[in-house]
Amino acid sequence: MRIVHVNQIKDKVKEICLEIAYKINDDLKEALEAGEKSESSQLGKDVLCMLLENADVAQNQDIPICQDTGMVMVFLEIGQDITIEGGFIGDAVNQGVREAYEVGYLRKSIVDPITRINTKDNTPAIINYELVPGDKLKLSILLKGFGSENMGKVKMLTPSEGAPGIIEFVLDTVKNAGGNPCPPLVIGIGIGGAMDKAAAMAKKALFRPIGERSQDAFLKELEENLLKQINELNIGPMGFGGTTTALEVFAEKYPTHLAGLPVAVNINCHALRRKTIEL
Amino acid sequence: MEQRIILNLPADEATLHELKVGQMIYINGTIYTARDQAHMRMIKELNEGVALPISLLNAAIYYCGPSPKQPGKIVGAIGPTTSSRMDKLTLPLLEKGMKIMIGKGKRSQEIIEGIKKYKAVYLSAIGGAGALYANCIKSFETAGYEDLMAEAIYKLEVENFPAVVAVDTEGNSIF
Repeated sequence: MRIVHVNQIKDKVKEICLEIAYKINDDLKEALEAGEKSESSQLGKDVLCMLLENADVAQNQDIPICQDTGMVMVFLEIGQDITIEGGFIGDAVNQGVREAYEVGYLRKSIVDPITRINTKDNTPAIINYELVPGDKLKLSILLKGFGSENMGKVKMLTPSEGAPGIIEFVLDTVKNAGGNPCPPLVIGIGIGGAMDKAAAMAKKALFRPIGERSQDAFLKELEENLLKQINELNIGPMGFGGTTTALEVFAEKYPTHLAGLPVAVNINCHALRRKTIEL
Repeated sequence: MEQRIILNLPADEATLHELKVGQMIYINGTIYTARDQAHMRMIKELNEGVALPISLLNAAIYYCGPSPKQPGKIVGAIGPTTSSRMDKLTLPLLEKGMKIMIGKGKRSQEIIEGIKKYKAVYLSAIGGAGALYANCIKSFETAGYEDLMAEAIYKLEVENFPAVVAVDTEGNSIF
């Protein structure tokens, strides 16, 4: 039995939030650079150039990449042979968020859904717990801005709609979002399971490194096909038109009921702020 | 390099009329932040006949909720938020003389008609470039509704603040 103290988890949550709010990952930077080279519209190129400049300014001058430092999405894969000691793991995650948003001058954006009163410390995070075999603990954190989160959709397709229905739904969702979610986008798609499972898969898909295709032959083809078709919608950077609407599409699937075909689309802006570590 | 189009604020009607959809422009002058909650409160106060904390006459409103400022800095990250959320809250402000809106993303047909009617413009800033915009802010002070925190109204003096003309005075839209 391996013992993990909650303070280790709290410290890691804090460290990751602070890091990703200020610094973009290399895979994202490379994708933006490639987009700037291939973009067909001059205005689109200018926007991509400004986004790369923004990333430099953020890192070098210690300013968050975007003022919407997000709601904190946490995925915990906990090995069943681990014992967590020192308190409740969920409290530790929220304490890490609280400390990061305070010392990091990150925007506290979390409010009661009805009264709209701010919790003033950016908690609670949304925490997904998954029990897995082994004695490792995998911690994945995504800072999700709501300009893009607001544009996500879930739809319960019928089985007969199949792959063409999935493609149509994804394209409609992206088209309808237009410039709102700050393209170029990274898009997660969850297929199957049930309504909640599809949505969770779509979000978790965003952690895959840009450029890494699905191992599944159907999903791989679907990802490539969707990426191509999305970039033909002429939405472009910030919706000003152009060929760089999405940097990446990740699709995941899970068995579903014979009567259903749930599909979820989670849209992320160009500021894909996420990191995974193992404890 | 092409010569930059500069928009000095406050701008008169003729100057705004020269702005054409799709142009990248650079703004100098005073702008005010206001987003969902500040809009809702301003409209409530207008309906109640209460004086607003800012004058909307010829005002430029920036849909934005900045991140907190660090010690020694003027402002935190300060990029635009999604404009369509303000669509239902915009006409009363246009009626009171607001001339410039800065945000990101498309506007409703109703707002495009309003922009034409009141000879206003809608500019799209570059979403997610909050750090870049921080360097365009020369002064930052609270102008009203401080209790709304990130959603308060802030008065900004900006310099070389980049934005794209998204809906011009004739109602042409880039989206």
